[in-house]
Amino acid sequence: MTSHPRVGPLAAHADHTHALEVDRLLDDRDTHIIVCCGSGGVGKTTTSAALALRAAERGRKVVVLTIDPARRLAQSMGIAQLDNTPRPVPDVGPGRLDAMMLDMKRTFDEVVESQASPEKAQQILNNQFYIALSSSFAGTQEYMAMEKLGQLYRDSFAHNGGSGDYDLIVVDTPPSRSALDFLDAPERLSSFLDGRFLRLMLAPTKGPVRLMSAGISIVTNALKKVLGGQMLTDLQTFVTALDTVFGGFRQRAQETYALLQADETAFLVIAAPEPDALREAAYFVERLSGDRMPLQGLVINRATLPDEAALTAAAAGAASERLPDAPLTAGLLRLHADRALLVERQEQLRERFAVAHPHVPTAVVPALPGDVHDLDGLREIGRLLAGE
Amino acid sequence: MSSDWPHVQLHVVTGKGGTGKSTVAAALALGLASHGKNVLLCEVEGRQGVARMFDVDPLPYAETRIATGLRMRSRSGADAAPGNVYALHIAPEEALLEYLKMYYKLGPAGRALDRFGVTEFATTIAPGVRDVLLTGKLFEAVQRNSRNKGARTYDAVVLDAPPTGRITSFLNVSESVAGLAKVGPIKNQADTMMTLFRSRRTAVHLVTLLEEMPVQETADGISELRAAGLPVGGVIVNQVRPRDLPDESLSAALAGDLDSEEIAEDLKRAGVEPDPGLVAALTEEAKEYAERRALEDTQRELVAGLGVPTYELDRTAGGIDIGGLYELAAELKDQGLA
Repeated sequence: MTSHPRVGPLAAHADHTHALEVDRLLDDRDTHIIVCCGSGGVGKTTTSAALALRAAERGRKVVVLTIDPARRLAQSMGIAQLDNTPRPVPDVGPGRLDAMMLDMKRTFDEVVESQASPEKAQQILNNQFYIALSSSFAGTQEYMAMEKLGQLYRDSFAHNGGSGDYDLIVVDTPPSRSALDFLDAPERLSSFLDGRFLRLMLAPTKGPVRLMSAGISIVTNALKKVLGGQMLTDLQTFVTALDTVFGGFRQRAQETYALLQADETAFLVIAAPEPDALREAAYFVERLSGDRMPLQGLVINRATLPDEAALTAAAAGAASERLPDAPLTAGLLRLHADRALLVERQEQLRERFAVAHPHVPTAVVPALPGDVHDLDGLREIGRLLAGE
Repeated sequence: MSSDWPHVQLHVVTGKGGTGKSTVAAALALGLASHGKNVLLCEVEGRQGVARMFDVDPLPYAETRIATGLRMRSRSGADAAPGNVYALHIAPEEALLEYLKMYYKLGPAGRALDRFGVTEFATTIAPGVRDVLLTGKLFEAVQRNSRNKGARTYDAVVLDAPPTGRITSFLNVSESVAGLAKVGPIKNQADTMMTLFRSRRTAVHLVTLLEEMPVQETADGISELRAAGLPVGGVIVNQVRPRDLPDESLSAALAGDLDSEEIAEDLKRAGVEPDPGLVAALTEEAKEYAERRALEDTQRELVAGLGVPTYELDRTAGGIDIGGLYELAAELKDQGLA
């Protein structure tokens, strides 16, 4: 294999991993935002909920914002339906826990309504392009997650002049194609707003005075050919309508970006002990430090850890073959061989990650035999996260 | 065994994150490329996962041969010559430029589009367009026409698709452009693409694990696909635990009632020192395993109730390398998915 340039020399079994002190992070009153990021299917949403619950039971006033429409998670917290408004989770104390799910379209509509005159806002909300953009655009989710986070922070933190409803926000990030799209959202928006495309769209296409340069007319003609005249006109109407509110969009996106960089924020990268998930995690770690985001640690979910059976995979495998007449014991030995192999492989993966990223404190959460169904299940995950 | 999907030219492989859909897509491509068949394996999420699995350089936007198909023994005992697997990494920017070149002779205007940020707008900002570009290229690869002169034609195309939660909106291109274009060239093209995606030349396969969340998501995904009139293929149950313990011992293992003395005796005979710690640890492992197996059996029943053909692939504790992909390909061939 030549495709792992980041793996450094394997220093002979030195212990590279520092333990992630989850409780210290949750108890620190200066931690105001915890962002959980990671690739899809690594248990990000469950980890966010478990952290939020643990923090609430240690006295914090917490709201957890999830992106996934995870019905099961809502049920496990005793809430019928998660939506855009925080709902209290029953039977949590001494702090409190509210849970909510990002409603992309609703959040987008609110931004438009707050930034434009009622008349203008209605015009935008009714535009076909806007409707498609606000509910399906690949980057909208990332941008709206940022927007909602900023809103929650402004409205509910006492130290920031808000209502004092919360003192900790735990947020789970969208399962993006490219891992950190939400970090790119503000810049992408800015470059779009400053770009030539917008000027192109805002340039009048007809009328007595043709102000267009030759370049612009070539492009609009090409667009008309490809899109059809009607679609081009719709697009121009949409861009013109949005232009008036874009300034506010950009400013808020940049504020939220700055908030993410602040010391009151903590990023946790969530992974599973699989090569792909850890490769993604490595990318996150590098990207976060590149953007000077406060990375606090790595959580490896669903790990298989060594147990008391001091028997190597090879020895167990060989012994099982000597027992053709004892199916149960032979089976136990094969089971153990399989498990030992998994343990060994996962240890190697973790060790490699630690060698390449020695300063990332890590929490390893063992795989549970069952799935999480209720608050007790989330509490159990919380205890494992805290290393209890 | 012969294939359950003889009419299918486009195999779309989706699944919840972490279920191994890319691995299954790759194995399926190898399995389909037996007996001299040529198969194109496409990826659309910019991860270069195909290149990593096959241990080749990152793929360009060009169909590249990456592997020989699965070698099968024919009835006469002679090797049936395998075909080839080609791979294509579909990037929206390049798909857009290629599309413009193929369908509109734009000349310098094509390059100007890029300079004015139109390409960027279309591929990252404009709603739904990105998906339409990706599926458009996919369509072109399945249904080659004279515009793409000299292009290779394939017996089958396999797509390593976006995850289950997004697959219906990804393939439902008519729907995504409907709000934008009521008439015009884009609308017409989307409609043509939909006739392929909705026909029995297409099958959307879903990869799952025997765990609650992936199974639930698979069930939801199937309902969504059906509601959109998209053809559901098979369900591939991935990473099934080996059936190491005899079925009759499972309930005893679960209850912690395994006979420690008997196990100790057996271990001794096999040349392993049976200290009590080891026996206790082995029975504890057996208990965890039995608990998992019971959950798996419940989930397996749910999968069986979905009313679609299912296929099972065993978990390999050592991870998947190229050799492992061929083994999975043979399994899929054997069970009739390939």
